[in-house]
Amino acid sequence: MFDARPQHNEYLRHRAQQFRAQVARRLDGSLTEDEFRPLRLMNGVYLQLHAYMLRVAIPYGTISPDQMRTLALLAEKWDKGYGHWTTRQNIQYNWPKLVDIPDMLDALAEVGLHAIQTSGNTIRNTTTDAFAGAAADEVADPRPYGELIRQWSTDHAEYQFLPRKFKIAITGSEHDRAVIAAHDIGLRLKRDAEGGIGYQVWVGGGLGRTPMIGQVVREFLPEADLLPYLEAIIAVYNLSGRRDNKYKARIKITVAERGLDVIRDEVEAEFINRRAAFAGVDQDYLAALKAMFAAPTFRVAPEGDYEAQRAANPAFRSWTDTNLSAHKAPGYASVKVSFKAPGQTPGDASAAQMRVLADLAQRYGHSDLRISHDQNVVLPHVHKSDLFAVYQELKGAGLHTANAGLISDIIACPGMDYCALATARSIPIAQEIAEHFRARDLEDDIGKIDIRISGCINACGHHHLGHIGILGLDRAGVENYQITLGGDGYEIPQIGQKPGAGFPAEEVVGAVDRLINAYLDLRSSPEERFIDAYRRVGMAPFKAALYETAAHA
Amino acid sequence: MSKGFTPTPAKPAVITANDLRLGHCVWMRDGGWTADPREAELFEDEAIAELAMIEAIRQSNIVVGPYLAEARRGQDGRPEPTHFREAFRRRGPSNYFHGIQAELAQSDTEASHV
Repeated sequence: MFDARPQHNEYLRHRAQQFRAQVARRLDGSLTEDEFRPLRLMNGVYLQLHAYMLRVAIPYGTISPDQMRTLALLAEKWDKGYGHWTTRQNIQYNWPKLVDIPDMLDALAEVGLHAIQTSGNTIRNTTTDAFAGAAADEVADPRPYGELIRQWSTDHAEYQFLPRKFKIAITGSEHDRAVIAAHDIGLRLKRDAEGGIGYQVWVGGGLGRTPMIGQVVREFLPEADLLPYLEAIIAVYNLSGRRDNKYKARIKITVAERGLDVIRDEVEAEFINRRAAFAGVDQDYLAALKAMFAAPTFRVAPEGDYEAQRAANPAFRSWTDTNLSAHKAPGYASVKVSFKAPGQTPGDASAAQMRVLADLAQRYGHSDLRISHDQNVVLPHVHKSDLFAVYQELKGAGLHTANAGLISDIIACPGMDYCALATARSIPIAQEIAEHFRARDLEDDIGKIDIRISGCINACGHHHLGHIGILGLDRAGVENYQITLGGDGYEIPQIGQKPGAGFPAEEVVGAVDRLINAYLDLRSSPEERFIDAYRRVGMAPFKAALYETAAHA
Repeated sequence: MSKGFTPTPAKPAVITANDLRLGHCVWMRDGGWTADPREAELFEDEAIAELAMIEAIRQSNIVVGPYLAEARRGQDGRPEPTHFREAFRRRGPSNYFHGIQAELAQSDTEASHV
C-alpha cells in the first residue's frame, strides 16, 4: 500500500501556498483572467457552467481510508456534500468557491493528495486496472510503475507545455481493464521467454472528436527501460506534435499523419540518447516502490458461513453473482461497489458514503480502496467470510446495487448539467435508461452490456467504447443524441459505428429499448452477450430495430 | 453557442458571466450584476450593448467571461432564454436543486414565512 510520505506533503503544502497567493493576486486585480487561467488549470481548477470545479487526482485510482475521509471532508465543508468519480479515476467537486480552493488544497496536502496536472497540456494522472494487485490473472501489479511515472512526470519541466494533454494507462494483465488502446500511451505488463517483466507499448490511441485505437510501437520493452522510452516518445511528440490546431494536437493525430513507422524510428533513435542519461537511480526507486506496494498479508481462513449466507439471502446472492471478481489469494474476492443505483447520478458519492467505504476498507479490506474508470469503487481485498457483513453495511449506505457490468451500470460524463464544454445533458439520459430497465425487470436477463454517454464530442463518457454509445449534441438549438453501436474498450478494442440519424432526448430510452429487444430476439443463447451477438450478426438487424418506428411513421 | 451575438430589437440579448469569487452565473443590470436572471437588462441596440460589454469586460475583477446571450422579452416583459444552455444556466443542474438559484428560492421561502 502506497502511503503519502511527509516530504511530499511539504511540497504539496508549498504548491497550495503558491496557489493561495495566485488567487489573492487575481482577486486584487494584479492578474487578469488570461494570466490566471493557466495557473488555476495547473491546479485542477476549472470554471464550469454554474460554478468552479476542482478535480483532485487519485493516482492510478488507489486511495487509503484516511485520504477517502479527507475527500468526504472536502465534500461536506466546501462543496454540497458529495463528489463525482470520473472516468479517469479522479474525483471532481462541482461547487467549490474560488476563495475556498486554497483551503481545500491545504486539506488535501495533509493526506498527500493534490490536484496538480489534473488539467492542462501536461502528463495527466496515470490510470490502471482497478483490480491491480488483486486480480487472479495479473502478470504484475501495475501500480509501482504508475507511481514511478507520477514521480517522474510531476512538475517535469520538459512536459509542462506539451502540444496537448497526455494520458498514460497501464494494465497488469493480458485481459485489459485499463483501456490502454484508447490512451496516448498504453502499457501492458508482460513477460518475455526468460520470465523477465516488460511492457507491450501502445501509442496514439484516444477518443474525442477523432477517435482512434492505438497501435503497438514496441512489442516488448524491458522493465528497466520504461522512463527513457516514455521520454523518447514524448520528446518526439513534443517536437512534431501540431501546435497550429488544438483539434489536431493530440499524439494520435501525430502518429496518424506521420505514420507509425516514422514515429517508431524517431522514438528508437531518441531512446538511445535518453537511456544513456539514466544511471539506474530510477530502478533503485522502482524497487523501493515495489516494496511499498507489496501485497498485504492475506488471511488464511475458511470461508465461514459465506455459502450458507448466499443460499439464505437471494439479494446477497445476486450481489455476489454480479459485483465480485476473482482474487489471486484463496478465500478472497474483489468487491465492486456500485455508484449506479437506478435514478442516481452515475459516479456521485456522498460524504457519508465515502466514510462508510473508508471504514469498510479499514475493517475488512486491508485498508485499500480503488476508484474504477467506470465510476464505481473497488474494495480489492475482502475475505469471503466478511462479505456478508460488508454487504449489510453497504446496504445501509445505499451502496448495495447488484448491477456491476449490467445495463444500469452506465458510464456518463457530467454533461451540460455541469460542464461548460457540453453540448447536451448526459445525466438525465443515464437516469432514464437505468430506471426504464429496472421497471422492465430485465436487467439480469439482458446480462453484461456496456452503455456509455458523453455530453459532447470530447467523449469524457467514452461513448465510442460503449456496446451502445450515446453522444449528446446541439442540433439547431435542441438536444439530440447520436447512437453508436459495437464499441468495446476491453477484449477487442473497437470504436462504435453510427447506424444513422440521432434522436431527440425524449426518444432515446425508446431507441435503446428497441436495440435491447432486438438483441433478446436474436441472441443465440442467454450466455451470448450483446456485443458478441452484434459481432456475429453485424449492424443491420440492430439498425432496422433502431429506426423501425421512424420507418413506420 | 450564443457567444459573440449581436442584438437587434427583433433579437435582443442579455449580458451574462460568472462571478469571479464564487463562480455562480450573473447577469448585467445598470452596469452592475445580479444573480437573478429575471432582473437582467435586455439589450436591443447594438451600440448600447457594445458599450455595456466594454463596461462588463472592465469589471474583470468581479466577473469572468462576460458575453452577449440571445434572449427574448417574455410576456411579463422580463428576459427569457432562447437556447437550452442559457435555460440550464438559469435553472441549475437537472439532477439536484443546487446552486445560487436554489439558495435564492430558499431565502424567498424563508422570507415569506417571516
